[in-house]
Amino acid sequence: MLNFVEKLGAYVLYYVNEAGRMGIFLFFSLLNIIKPPYNKIASVLKQIYVIGSLSVFVIIFTGAFTGMVLGLQGYNTLTKFGAEGLLGSAVALSLIRELGPVLSALMVTGRAGSAICAEIGIMRISEQIDALECMAIDPYKFIMAPKFIAGIISMPLLTALFDVIGIFGGYAVGVGLLGGNAGAFFSSMQSDVEFIDVYMGFVKSVCFGLLIVWLCAAKGYYVHLERKGGFGAEGVSNVTTSAVVLTSVSILVMDYFITSMLI
Amino acid sequence: MKTDSEIIITLSDVWKSFGTQTVLKGINLSVIDGKTTIIVGPSGQGKSLILKHILGLIKPDRGQVLFEGKDINAIQKKELNEIRTKIGVLFQNAALFDSMTVFDNVALPLREKTVASESEVREVVDEKLSLMDLRGSNDKYPAQLSGGMKKRVGLARALVLNPRIVFFDEPTTGLDVALSNEIYRFFFKTQEKLKYTAVIVSHDVPKIFKLADYVALISDGVIQDCLSPEDFQMSSNPIIKNFVEATMGTIYSSEAMEV
Amino acid sequence: MKKITVETGVGIFILIGLLCLGYLSVKLGDVSLFGRKQYLVKARFANVSGLKEGAQVEIAGVIVGKVSKIDLDDYEAYVEMLIEPHVKIQEDAIASIRTQGIIGDKYVKIKPGGESEYVGAEEEIIETESTIELEELVTKYMFEKG
Repeated sequence: MLNFVEKLGAYVLYYVNEAGRMGIFLFFSLLNIIKPPYNKIASVLKQIYVIGSLSVFVIIFTGAFTGMVLGLQGYNTLTKFGAEGLLGSAVALSLIRELGPVLSALMVTGRAGSAICAEIGIMRISEQIDALECMAIDPYKFIMAPKFIAGIISMPLLTALFDVIGIFGGYAVGVGLLGGNAGAFFSSMQSDVEFIDVYMGFVKSVCFGLLIVWLCAAKGYYVHLERKGGFGAEGVSNVTTSAVVLTSVSILVMDYFITSMLI
Repeated sequence: MKTDSEIIITLSDVWKSFGTQTVLKGINLSVIDGKTTIIVGPSGQGKSLILKHILGLIKPDRGQVLFEGKDINAIQKKELNEIRTKIGVLFQNAALFDSMTVFDNVALPLREKTVASESEVREVVDEKLSLMDLRGSNDKYPAQLSGGMKKRVGLARALVLNPRIVFFDEPTTGLDVALSNEIYRFFFKTQEKLKYTAVIVSHDVPKIFKLADYVALISDGVIQDCLSPEDFQMSSNPIIKNFVEATMGTIYSSEAMEV
Repeated sequence: MKKITVETGVGIFILIGLLCLGYLSVKLGDVSLFGRKQYLVKARFANVSGLKEGAQVEIAGVIVGKVSKIDLDDYEAYVEMLIEPHVKIQEDAIASIRTQGIIGDKYVKIKPGGESEYVGAEEEIIETESTIELEELVTKYMFEKG
């Protein structure tokens, strides 16, 4: 019995500590974005390339097909009520408010988040992070800050791309394939989408960008402190998996709270 | 025999445990300025851990680590960073940044920690790389290098700021005899040229004794003794005696008996 | 060579992203980027039930602005509208609250007048008609019949 209590205590303590580490990690990363000396543009650009540019194709594909399926489902459902004129606003609103930010964040988590986690995890286990510290180079400044800046810049742009591609995907199916009214599609969209919708999508994407880099980088950074032994290639692979799962879940949880705050 | 002015690093009563396992049980060690101190001991006894304590990467549970008389865990981060610029480290697996070329790896401390212009950086890096016989590898990535070359690049990077003290974490692990001899040659060559204090963690006994001014044996979480190589081999401490016999074989120990 | 690829990639990405963001906010989100200075016109209604901020303002079915503020003032509905600068409203124009379709959104319809004087910025449209409530209409009809 005592053993059980002891184990439970250790378990709880571990997660409390992990939450604490994560918080400290976020604090120092953000601090090092605003603290001079500022990061070199080249290192930030490189991270935008890795997180943003390389995700463009994934975003275009997922965006197009998400929009297309919305067009298909929306058209068939709205026709029942004779409201196919609202297809444009239905597609645009669901993309801009929810699907765009969430789905592109999930795609970026899978593509770039896992890469960030594995990269930093390998730097940790191969002592590269220790080496940085021994050279009196702050890893937060040198590795983390450029990634955070890149995440915060890239995510809204990717989300906007996702939205626009999705809208035209919905247009292609709803109007091009199923023969809806082109004028009604765009006019309903323009009259029903408000600034608050675009703003909400933007806020979400910025928060998700931060969240992805934060959780994935912190998981990798603390790979050596993982409960289930964070050593070697297996440690990195485990921590990458758990980082992707944790980030994806957090995105959905955070999505709910941002929506409830802004709506 | 060891006066305070000559001591650059002191560990006094350093304790460290992980979970329920206590690894360091009161380490006392002094590193003498300008000399080469070697820490030997069976693996898993926390040799590398001592280095990490000296570098301030790990905080001890108890005890102090003094660098030039200052407790490195009690000073400001800024001051610690100042100390760290006087330190060079060659890590076990060289710890090169694998997304950077050899040149950028060696240039990193200069670019980040000095105001040197790009042409000055180039000059210093080229000088250090040629000292290590690494000319022509500037644009290669660490993954394209052999183990011995990686270590040499790591050493070049450790020396690029002309440190006062250089730490070597198992400098010859994973290298064959020829390559480890090569690393030792580079060590001699650079120490003669740059006159740094060296602390080497190794289990390459007895070869490593040729480099040493002092040898310290860690066993059971404490430093058994810190002696000159000659005294070390003839020590009457039973643990040291055992270690010497186990690692050097009968020839060495019988020689020791005869003397 | 490698450096050029990174920079070009980032450049293209940021350009595409900004274009999409611009499209979303300017075209759909009604953000006026180029400082088209709309002017403010006020009106008082007895009842604006169902009218929301951001609702359209139409003249002859053409959207000329939107409702920017709805407030209660002396037991009357006080409505502020932002009107496109090139649209002039005569002083005797009539503002009324109408519905798009039977259950559609409420909007403000402005019926042009005949005077040569125009309503300036921050001025008021005097003549207004309130929301026509279906409920009231039905009640009235029944009472008159009875």
